[in-house]
Amino acid sequence: MSNLLLFPIIIPLFFAAILMMFPKNVKLQRVLAVVGAGAALLSALVLLAKVNTDGVQAVTLGSWPAPFGISMVSDPLSALLVVTASILVLLVIFYSIPTIGLRREQSYYYPAVLFLMVGVNGAFTTGDIFNLFVFVEVLLMASYTLIVHGGEKPQLRESIKYLLVNIISSALFVAAVAFLYSVTGTLNMADLAVKIPQIEETGILTVIAVMFLVVFGFKAAIFPLYFWLPGSYYAPPIPILALFGALLTKVGVYAIMRTYTLFFTMNVGFTHELLGIIAILTIFAGCVGALAYFDVKKIIIYNIIIAVGVILFGVAQLNQPGIDGSIMYLIHDMMIKAALFFLVGIIAVLFGTTDLRKMGGLIKTYPVLGWVYLLTAFGLAGIPPLSGFPGKLLIIQGGFEGPQFWGSIVVLATSLIVLLSSVRIFVYAFWGQPVETVPLKKSTFNQMFIPTVILVAMTVVFGVGAELFMPLISGAGEVLLNPSIYIDAVLKE
Amino acid sequence: MEIIMSVAIGFLFMAAVYLMLSKSLIRIIIGTGLLSHGAHLLLLTMGGLGGNSPPVVAHGVSVSDYADPLPQALILTAIVISFAVTSFFLVLAYRSYQELGTDNMNLLRGTEDYE
Repeated sequence: MSNLLLFPIIIPLFFAAILMMFPKNVKLQRVLAVVGAGAALLSALVLLAKVNTDGVQAVTLGSWPAPFGISMVSDPLSALLVVTASILVLLVIFYSIPTIGLRREQSYYYPAVLFLMVGVNGAFTTGDIFNLFVFVEVLLMASYTLIVHGGEKPQLRESIKYLLVNIISSALFVAAVAFLYSVTGTLNMADLAVKIPQIEETGILTVIAVMFLVVFGFKAAIFPLYFWLPGSYYAPPIPILALFGALLTKVGVYAIMRTYTLFFTMNVGFTHELLGIIAILTIFAGCVGALAYFDVKKIIIYNIIIAVGVILFGVAQLNQPGIDGSIMYLIHDMMIKAALFFLVGIIAVLFGTTDLRKMGGLIKTYPVLGWVYLLTAFGLAGIPPLSGFPGKLLIIQGGFEGPQFWGSIVVLATSLIVLLSSVRIFVYAFWGQPVETVPLKKSTFNQMFIPTVILVAMTVVFGVGAELFMPLISGAGEVLLNPSIYIDAVLKE
Repeated sequence: MEIIMSVAIGFLFMAAVYLMLSKSLIRIIIGTGLLSHGAHLLLLTMGGLGGNSPPVVAHGVSVSDYADPLPQALILTAIVISFAVTSFFLVLAYRSYQELGTDNMNLLRGTEDYE
């Protein structure tokens, strides 16, 4: 019993509440937002260290015995994701300071970011399926605020659709929870993992599993349900886009990962094969979009969808390399997507447009930016020894060991398309005839560029030093593959 | 009783889908309201309708024969959330009507910035 795992949720909540008192004092807003996110990151790091030494941490709110109270559980996977999310929120706040604009900063921008952090960290930590719904609503509410923040016309138009899609998926979530409760009589994830194998009627449970796949698929943007993502993510400014691209879809991916390894394992032949097929279709859909557009933001947005497919393909294999690989690729993808959006944001600011065809020749004036971008693009495509490589290698290995070897071939082949789509930005924006750029103050450029470089450096360390992180990753994979570790930690408090 | 509830829930979902498929934004919002009402009733029904069981453990009521309190707690939470989201949606719809000058979803398609 340790309250430590609640700190990454409570600290940003506390700071967000304080920040709402004085929206006009921008200096104090910035300082307190950084302090809040930094403190949350610090507590998340302490939590990760504790989980790493002492095993899975669990706390049941109100000291009720485990299946009755709401459990919060921190296993290595959720601790790792909380740490990654906290790092990203902190860097996004640094990146927002020069880019988001005074008007937005004065209208509750930082509180909304911190509330988003509350929801994301909570969703990663919770051990109760209804509480997961609540935390998802917390982060959605913050994301509604952020997506419409500033009230520009495209933002208003797209946020209506974003809101509508999410309301429908929330209603389906409640319906799916209702069915699950009527069949099992419990909503605690550890308790579900005990009760579900005892139920002989696997048919109805398979239906419920697919319903949850639909619900989480809306959030994660899997194949038929990704239609809302490119339009909605296109509308908000770059720092918000980076936050969404790095964190929001990943909550859906995490939820699928958790439910499909912990308790929806009664009919693996159907549910996981379906997941694998959908994952491959998601990759194809993302590839088409990533090649079709000449807009830097769109290209990276479609790359989010490709990555979701790759991660879920690893999860669908349900073997050790597949799961380890998908955890590694998930963390890599959160960081690399934020880094790419940061870089694309700088490029878009320099040219004053997001259209690739109006860009060119940036390598002469900003050589360092160019090489950092190329490094990130290679990391995205998974060129060894950069950070996309070890995760993808393990996922492909998992696919070849599992029943869906053809999926591994698709993942391999589409890596080339990912490389093409991201290098295309490099070719158009950095090579060719120099185009007039918008004059940008050196200090502003540095304020944007330094958080980006820090993030890219972290992805490089994560890739080159993969061996260092591997014990953590395989520890997380072990808990996913052996639900009994998770169950014991929660129910034997 | 469960049958009647199921029919009511199905009707709510049907009405919600019909309303959400219309072009006017305000009808869509009413549709989302009906959809969440349907989901809440479903939660209530699926939790098992209590019948005559007392709702609280009092003197002379043993733990085994009182009504399951969890569905009510879940519904309360879900109602609060859907209330907040609906009010946000209404404000957003009003603001977009002011800015964009229309509430027709056909005119709110967004692909004008690039081909």
